[in-house]
Amino acid sequence: MSAKGSVVVKHKMKQSLGSRIFDVCNVIFMLSLILVILIPLLHVVSASFSTPSSYVRHEGLMLHPVDFSLEAYKAVARNKNILTGYMNTIFIVVVGTTISIIFTLIAAYCLSRKNVMWSNILMMGIVFSMYFSGGMIPFYLVVKGVGLNNSIWALIIPSAISTYNLIIMRTAMVSVPDSLEESAKLDGANHWTILWKIMVPLVKPTIAVICLYYAVSNWNAWFNAMLFIRDKAGYPLQLVLREILIQNDASSMTAGADDYLISETIQFATIVVATLPILTIYPFIQKYFVKGVMIGAVKG
Amino acid sequence: MRKAKGQSQGVMVNGRRLSFGERVARDFHHNWMLYLMLLPIVVYYLVFKFGPMFGLSIAFMDYKPAKGFLKSSWVGLKHFKNFFSDYYFGRLLRNTIRISVFSLLTFPAPIILALLLNELRSKWFSKWAQTITYIPHFISTVVICGMIVKLTSSTGGITAILHTLFGIEKETLLNRTEYFLPIYILSDLWQTIGWNSIIYLSALAGIDQELYDAAKVDGAGRFMQVIYITIPCLMPTIIIMLILKMGKIFDVGYEKIMLLYNPAIYGSADVINTYVYRKGLIDAQYSYSAAVGLFNCVVSFTLVTITNKLSKKASGSGLW
Repeated sequence: MSAKGSVVVKHKMKQSLGSRIFDVCNVIFMLSLILVILIPLLHVVSASFSTPSSYVRHEGLMLHPVDFSLEAYKAVARNKNILTGYMNTIFIVVVGTTISIIFTLIAAYCLSRKNVMWSNILMMGIVFSMYFSGGMIPFYLVVKGVGLNNSIWALIIPSAISTYNLIIMRTAMVSVPDSLEESAKLDGANHWTILWKIMVPLVKPTIAVICLYYAVSNWNAWFNAMLFIRDKAGYPLQLVLREILIQNDASSMTAGADDYLISETIQFATIVVATLPILTIYPFIQKYFVKGVMIGAVKG
Repeated sequence: MRKAKGQSQGVMVNGRRLSFGERVARDFHHNWMLYLMLLPIVVYYLVFKFGPMFGLSIAFMDYKPAKGFLKSSWVGLKHFKNFFSDYYFGRLLRNTIRISVFSLLTFPAPIILALLLNELRSKWFSKWAQTITYIPHFISTVVICGMIVKLTSSTGGITAILHTLFGIEKETLLNRTEYFLPIYILSDLWQTIGWNSIIYLSALAGIDQELYDAAKVDGAGRFMQVIYITIPCLMPTIIIMLILKMGKIFDVGYEKIMLLYNPAIYGSADVINTYVYRKGLIDAQYSYSAAVGLFNCVVSFTLVTITNKLSKKASGSGLW
């Protein structure tokens, strides 16, 4: 901020007063930002471990559980919808991500080859579809028309390829030196073999990043499920969560009428149960995500 | 482009220029396997990306599912005229623009955060601060909205704090039109500020250290270095991010709005895309809502194109 005083500083070690004041303010700002980020999360966890009555009596944000209780979690464990939701979501994440990766690799490989007459035109079409889309209604009618309505595949096939990820993958493949492909060709390898035996091992870091992108978007998706899935048994986790958290339908989990208070803490316990898996693995995969953002940035 | 392609494939054979058909045949002979591999991809794009674009033609029809796509009658611009004279047209446009403008105002926030993180003396502290600010990015939209709904309910924690600080009524904040916009914008900022700063942090890490050393020799202080070195070096990244943001501006996180709003606050929360959803998929007025959606698409596509043009003129860098 007012670092003007430091204009005259010649030695690195010596700090002007303004510069030091700025440092202190900066640290204070960062600490408050960290608190602002963490306190709502802490509140969710604390509330989920409190007894319903003490939660309701509590004023403001909770920084620690009041009257520790596992009741809300027991109610969540009794809820069948959350379990089936979890199973459906895991299926979508595993199968969907696998399909997406395979198709993205094939598309990126073919479109990154040189001397292919139509590849530029195809690429232009693909990029165009990133900036202009038919929108919600025609998309709905197309997916329905293809016969995917009320099928779990409606959550996998229509969103199988993300053009953004395809472009990232293509950029990675373009930068692989031609000589490797040429020598494989001399050995009699065809494109299919070159893709899986030579290209894939070389772009592994990018594959890891894109895998994560697909997996997270499959995990978080709920809108398509809302459009296409009718049977509750086919609901992915996010749609089950929407019913419990947004439409306030925790009634299925409470035993009796006098239990209405518990639905408050059940909602918090549901959030924890649904978010914990992601947040526990998050520190380990964070660096891949960061890398992914940077790969995207290079493409620009 | 065709010329360049042709040259690389050797248009001339035995001193004779190959005709277009011959070149196609030649190309197919060489690359048939690539085309075979691309086939499913092309089918996918035709069906799920271009299919809906083609399907937009129902905006000019009276599409009836019972009659089917081919037998429905054409009505020209009827649905567009109806939309422009729709009772809700003004409100939808106003809400869409207001929400996008306000979310555009938060655009500098991650840049400022990145600059501040960069200025931290302790790299260890900076790493921790980053890791923590990224966390909300990993929470799904549904859960975030669930938290917002809970925290701003009449018994919620945030309501209680605002009650003590500003003396507002203890009520469900999302039932009041005036609170929707701040809740939407601030929660978005909470969720994305850390994550969106990554791209700027990586751009910051790429700045040549010698520039700073030279500036120090010239007697520039920290503030001066930020103004004259850091920000100019960040400019290309900032511009690209701005264009990308402009492209999404009319799509205003409708998934999130749909989770947060209720009929009581349509006055400030209903945007074009949420209206499309209700008209099209709840009321089954396919053609009308496709027309509304097309209007939205065209406006946002125009916005990206204009921003791209402007930035190319101003800075020489753009998306295409």
